[in-house]
Amino acid sequence: MAQVSSVADEQPPNPLSTTKSILLRISRFNPEFDETNKFMEFTVSYEKWTTVLEAILDVKKHHDHSVAVRYSCRQATCGSCGMLINGKPRLACFTKISELDSNVVTVEPMNNFPVIRDLAVKFERLFDTHHKIKPYLINEDSEVDSDEKEFLQTPKEVENFIQFANCIKCGLCNSACPTMTTDSSFVGPQALAQAYRYVADSRDKGKDSRLDIIDESHGIWRCHFAGSCSQVCPKGVDPAMGIQFLRGYLLGFRS
Amino acid sequence: MTRDENKEGIKGMANPGRYGIERIAYLLMRLTGLGLLGYFIAHVYETSNILRGRMGWDDFLAMTQTTEGHLFLVLVIGMCVFHTGNGIRIMLGHGGVGVGKPARPDYPYNPASQNYRHKIGIYSSIVLAAVAMMYGMAVMFGE
Ligand code: HEM
Ligand code: SF4
Ligand code: FES
Repeated sequence: MAQVSSVADEQPPNPLSTTKSILLRISRFNPEFDETNKFMEFTVSYEKWTTVLEAILDVKKHHDHSVAVRYSCRQATCGSCGMLINGKPRLACFTKISELDSNVVTVEPMNNFPVIRDLAVKFERLFDTHHKIKPYLINEDSEVDSDEKEFLQTPKEVENFIQFANCIKCGLCNSACPTMTTDSSFVGPQALAQAYRYVADSRDKGKDSRLDIIDESHGIWRCHFAGSCSQVCPKGVDPAMGIQFLRGYLLGFRS
Repeated sequence: MTRDENKEGIKGMANPGRYGIERIAYLLMRLTGLGLLGYFIAHVYETSNILRGRMGWDDFLAMTQTTEGHLFLVLVIGMCVFHTGNGIRIMLGHGGVGVGKPARPDYPYNPASQNYRHKIGIYSSIVLAAVAMMYGMAVMFGE
């Protein structure tokens, strides 16, 4: 046995490994039983490349399996793992512990979403507002029955909307928005950015109906261009840009 | 955390610490807007003292000749200049002017709408407000 362990000891250390540890504080809250949230603290070791999601999963595996967290792709694609990390909305799978520059990492559920349990929040309202702006191409012509095989687009026409099509519906923008902190009826930056995504698409003919939908008292006019949505978006969607372009149409700056 | 939607409320809306100078400008715009509204109402009330004749008018005007009155007016000058400067920036932004161009996003995904043009607009509104306040102080306290 002694020999085995000495063989193991002789393994050269991974030159990239710099194992250090942080204090991970996880907000625990079950709306069915708890009046308010409590923090549980765990010491977690991490490498340069360890993500916050991996640290949480480490806690689930070794310390407390009951921590509720939603995730799927682990690569900033599914939009499931948004949470407040050290006070700011971020994707847990896209945030490395090393980039936070802190010995304490606090994770809480995103603001402006109802909490299901611990770090998992309800997305119903975001999906409703997303759906409300008609997130699909509106065009009486269809690629199926028109003579043309497909609606061709130039690279420039694609560039007009492709950044907005990057949205993964993670909700970080809605969590950062200052209007959403108090207004439960605001349509929100996620849905507004998607309204622009379709309005800017050369194949779409639904501009007027979408402008009608967002031109209401809890619609686009509640945006004050604070830009926080764009600063937290993990996919470069830049909702604030799309929203100002939409308002440009409504104000007559653009046509 | 008992609130249904876990909203941050006014405290979160007014917390300027997390999202850069643009969020600070947002907060200052609200505060100066409300401050100016308050001043405007007080101003209408103050000037209505002219109905009390010359004596009433002079009495009221004397309030602005105190040190506190001067400092208050300096604050109003600052609020006015920042609100106007930043207001022009926001109106342009709201029309889609200077907010960048859509492009294929690339890591690290710096948002084009949070660009140097708008940052310069914010910083110059703050600097202009400070200069106007200093000028105001020089005029009012300088005699
Ligand atoms: C040339 C002068 C002015 C300009 C260019 C201007 C511009 C603006 C703009 C663009 C906004 C909207 C900001 C946003 O979307 O968040 C705004 C808000 C506001 N302004 Fe002005 N304004 C001016 C003068 C005034 C005056 C004299 C008053 C007071 C009587 C005032 C009171 C307000 C108030 C109360 C708000 C709402 C603040 C908020 O909800 O955030 N403004 N102003
Ligand atoms: S716009 Fe960005 S932050 Fe908002 S839901 Fe889409 S990907 Fe997430
Ligand atoms: S797990 Fe899919 S976005 Fe983070």
